[in-house]
Amino acid sequence: MIKVEGLTKRYARTVAVDNISFEVEKGQIVGFLGPNGAGKTTTMRVLTCFLPPSEGQASVAGFDVLEQPIEVKKRIGYLPESPPLYPEMEVVEYLNFVGKLKGMPSRELAHRLEEIMRRCAIADVRNKLIGKLSKGYRQRVGLAQAIIHNPDVLILDEPTSGLDPKQIIETRELIRSLAGDHTIILSTHILSEVEHSCERVIIISEGKLVATDSVANLTNRLRGSEAVAVELEAAGGRPNPGEVQQRLEQVAGVSRVVMKDSRKGRLAFEVESLQGRHIRSDLARTVVNAGWNLSELRSVALSLEDIFLQLTASEQKEQKETEVVGAQS
Amino acid sequence: MKAILLICRKELKSYFASPIAYLLMAFFGLIFGFGIFTATRDFIRFSFQAQIQGGGPPMNINQQIIGPLLSFGSTITLFLVPMITMRLFAEEKKTGTIELLLTSPVTDWQIILGKWFGAMLLYLCILLMSVVNIALLFAWGKPDIQPVLVAYLGLILQAGCLLAIGEFISTLTRNQIIAGGVTFFVCLLLWLLNWMTSFDTGTLTSVINYLSIITHFDNFSKGLLATKDVVFYLSMIFFALFVTSRSMESLRWRS
Repeated sequence: MIKVEGLTKRYARTVAVDNISFEVEKGQIVGFLGPNGAGKTTTMRVLTCFLPPSEGQASVAGFDVLEQPIEVKKRIGYLPESPPLYPEMEVVEYLNFVGKLKGMPSRELAHRLEEIMRRCAIADVRNKLIGKLSKGYRQRVGLAQAIIHNPDVLILDEPTSGLDPKQIIETRELIRSLAGDHTIILSTHILSEVEHSCERVIIISEGKLVATDSVANLTNRLRGSEAVAVELEAAGGRPNPGEVQQRLEQVAGVSRVVMKDSRKGRLAFEVESLQGRHIRSDLARTVVNAGWNLSELRSVALSLEDIFLQLTASEQKEQKETEVVGAQS
Repeated sequence: MKAILLICRKELKSYFASPIAYLLMAFFGLIFGFGIFTATRDFIRFSFQAQIQGGGPPMNINQQIIGPLLSFGSTITLFLVPMITMRLFAEEKKTGTIELLLTSPVTDWQIILGKWFGAMLLYLCILLMSVVNIALLFAWGKPDIQPVLVAYLGLILQAGCLLAIGEFISTLTRNQIIAGGVTFFVCLLLWLLNWMTSFDTGTLTSVINYLSIITHFDNFSKGLLATKDVVFYLSMIFFALFVTSRSMESLRWRS
């Protein structure tokens, strides 16, 4: 349904998106994940024909975004980061305008309006001025605007930003209920969002594609490994943090040690293991053998958050290594 | 065509949803009303004098009231245009609604023409304020209707030109005040071009004079419908709208 090949977008001084390729099948919900400024919005803008790509191709439903933008735009519903609302219009008036703008015949539109307002739970503000609506309502009017012409592809840029927890849950449910007949790409920097609503994740960082996989696969990828929180007493600055970290890193099967806290005579670390290794007993032995006071040792579940950090961190590490190699040669 | 009408209606609605439309109409009505008051007062004074003293040139409402008055209207237009056009694109860029327009299945030209027609219709509404005054002259005098219609056509064509230029300037920025300020400056410049060239003759002068939008209105205000003026206005409108479409295109590539 959506095909992106070697997409690059350069601005005057920066490269926003760097050689990204991916495909999205019909009916899938795909999460577009990345820290702020990673190039999510730019990629979406290219897909919606708002920006032309500098290099590479992007097509929606077989139509190229540069060659046949009108055909692409007919099939796309787009909710930008800030919903494109006219504050001087009433909700019904606005949705009517958007429906006609998208080329819907008026008889069909009248029918569709009622359904959309019911689905997005905005029927009770139908005759209010958009400028007077709260943020949550505005976001939902924005969503209604994106789905009014029943597009094949929905592109949602941070659809739940600015909503309260209850509204977030409702919006997620709405999005999930749209899957099936719609292909959906939604961007977010909140990971739990992807875990909740998406089947696949595309992770980008600094304009580069870091990973693309199903949510289940990505979580499985690190299921074999475990994360352990270690806390020890360190009264009077002994033992010193660097030394402890070094010792913990030397334990067999440890992949990463991160210092979390070093206040009030406590030292807290988070230790991650390699795939399929159990390290808790080894860790305990190491700490005790060194003569330190172990005050806590407990396992922590790895979330998508950690996976994300690991992926983006390893990316940076590789980059640094290649830079070093490049400098040496 | 449907999309153009749709956007045009939206523009017109948002003009009338804010005080701007009413403000401009009131502003124009007031100034024009003052103009007609003084022009008619002088006209009546002169005609009394002519009657008492006898002789003197024959008086003509068309030449002595309506013509100068509509020329005055064309000058007021210079001040109105920036206030009409400054929001056209700048506001949409600021609030982000431009993303809705540019990701909808409509072409750039449909958007540009829709907005231009919207601005034109608002200008016509403003111009309607002056029709009331002119109608009074018809009620108590016997002016010719033809030159009046020609002058109005001139006003509309001239405004079309300036509105198209203002629309172009509005695509360049997301700041309405800058868009309005620059448009005002350009309008003023086009007005001054006419002054600059009134004391001199030469090739360059006549070129500059030709480019002055005000110059071409002179014939219209005298009730003369000359093809070259109509062609000038129409080609200027097309040129300005074309530049607007180029500017929108470059907006995509630059932003």
